[in-house]
Amino acid sequence: MPRQSLLHAGRRDGRRPYFYLAPAFLLLAAVILIPLLYALYLSFFKTQGVNREFVGLANYIDILKQSYFWASTGRTLYFTIVSVAAEFVIGLGVALLLSQNFKLRGFLRVMLILPWALPTVVNGVLWSWIFNTSYGSLNGLLLEAGVIDNYVSWLGKPFLAMNCVIFADVWKNYAMIALILMAGLQTISPTYYESAMIDGANVFQRFRYITLPILRPSILVCLITRTMEAFKVFDIVYTMTKGGPANGTQVISYYTYQATFGSSKFGYGAALSYLISFVILLMALAYIRVLRGKEE
Amino acid sequence: MKNSRTKTVVLYLAGAALFLYIILPFLWLIISSISNKVELIAVPPHWWPEEPTLNNYLQLLGFKEVSISAGEVPPFGTAMRNSLLIGCSATLLCVVIGIFAAYAFARMKFRGRDKMMISVIAMRMLPEMALVLPLYMIMVKFNMTDSKIFLTIVYTSFVLPFVIWILRSYFESIPVSLEEAALIDGASRFTIIRKIILPLAMPGIVTTCIFALLTCWDEFLFALIFASTYNAKTLTIAISEFTTRHMIDYGLMMTGGMLASLPPIVFAVCLQKYIVRGLTEGSVKE
Repeated sequence: MPRQSLLHAGRRDGRRPYFYLAPAFLLLAAVILIPLLYALYLSFFKTQGVNREFVGLANYIDILKQSYFWASTGRTLYFTIVSVAAEFVIGLGVALLLSQNFKLRGFLRVMLILPWALPTVVNGVLWSWIFNTSYGSLNGLLLEAGVIDNYVSWLGKPFLAMNCVIFADVWKNYAMIALILMAGLQTISPTYYESAMIDGANVFQRFRYITLPILRPSILVCLITRTMEAFKVFDIVYTMTKGGPANGTQVISYYTYQATFGSSKFGYGAALSYLISFVILLMALAYIRVLRGKEE
Repeated sequence: MKNSRTKTVVLYLAGAALFLYIILPFLWLIISSISNKVELIAVPPHWWPEEPTLNNYLQLLGFKEVSISAGEVPPFGTAMRNSLLIGCSATLLCVVIGIFAAYAFARMKFRGRDKMMISVIAMRMLPEMALVLPLYMIMVKFNMTDSKIFLTIVYTSFVLPFVIWILRSYFESIPVSLEEAALIDGASRFTIIRKIILPLAMPGIVTTCIFALLTCWDEFLFALIFASTYNAKTLTIAISEFTTRHMIDYGLMMTGGMLASLPPIVFAVCLQKYIVRGLTEGSVKE
């Protein structure tokens, strides 16, 4: 970067950068790095109250043998794929809609920030109330509209409950994707579209050959961040279903939480959290790759 | 001509659908919070309360005794105070520590710079669940259970990587020529940060503060595990605890939800421009 040459050429900084970084890195080491290593150490032990017994990789093997683990992994994958796909489709649609020129646009753009700003826990309790079997507004609404004859127990059946949690998650989180993609759309010069129209490109061709390529980096970043967030999902499951019914919404984070703090299997829990971190780390690497690719 | 008319109709229909999609759940949140206990559980639902009441708000804000039938209601005011205190302290700490780190990353050359930056990004991605257990054991060992200070330190560290990342991108967008001139005049780095970087990056710093504050305000898992009483329990925990008592009082719960959502919503609507810029800076650019 020749632009910064003068600043760097001075060589007058010496150790100063390290002093500037020291407070941040000391804190991160104390609260993130050291605990992380401690968890790795713990994951090789079987804990029973205060007693600890070194068991090597037994915890990891134990996890991989558990059908509960695979079931919750499957649920997490289902949650991640369905919620991210829905959030992306709605988010992109809304971004495209709100970059069109019509009167409601400014107002809707302000509205869009509302679900984004709503705390996740509030989102969870709000939807658990809406989905409530006896008094929930959804059942009331659908019954009055004649769509259903009897009240549906939305959060009472495992698979249905999972989809309801996904619905609630999507309702809040598409907004972030829409906001980011909208900002990306603003960087596209209208002259591209004008010249494409002169060349006779139809709306789909313009989207395919102008909008998508320019939005690509933003889209990738949105997808990766949302995938990581969805894979870690915990708050909304805790507030809506607590993993139930019949473990129907027991995603991997919730399983880890229960194994660790419900059954006090600390070594097992530590090993589990390591497996999750490993998957997230792989996604993070992909993320850094994407960002790097854009800089070049 | 016909084509553009169809387009307008489609646009308005889609706009209306989006409006309803966003507003209906919010409306139900508001309506439930101003309904009394009888109307709240009316079947079929009362779409608009016949006797709207602010009772729930008065109860939660401590202006009115909580009725006995509500059971044991979490001390909402205390929880709100805890959230504010922890959130503001963590944000302040983060930004002060983050400014120096971000400046070093943005403007200085040193060995290991790229590796250190990548480690910061990696820490930002780390799942909270991976840290909860070891931090819990450390907390117990050092006798820090149920402490606002412990929660503040944890929040600070968890938000810090993001703060460093986003501040760095703001600092890099400031032209270096001003700093070069100041360096030639013999100004120290510290003077440069104080006199040039801070004033010019103020919008970025404000945005960063908002993001940090909102992240702390929303945080749930750490508070759930590390706080055992209302000495340290935060707002998000208080809201979830309306469910764990014998009776679920959805009216109070929705009111708690409204009160917890108002500050971030007001923030977000007033500072929307900053937020959208922060979202794109923080996620799209490196």
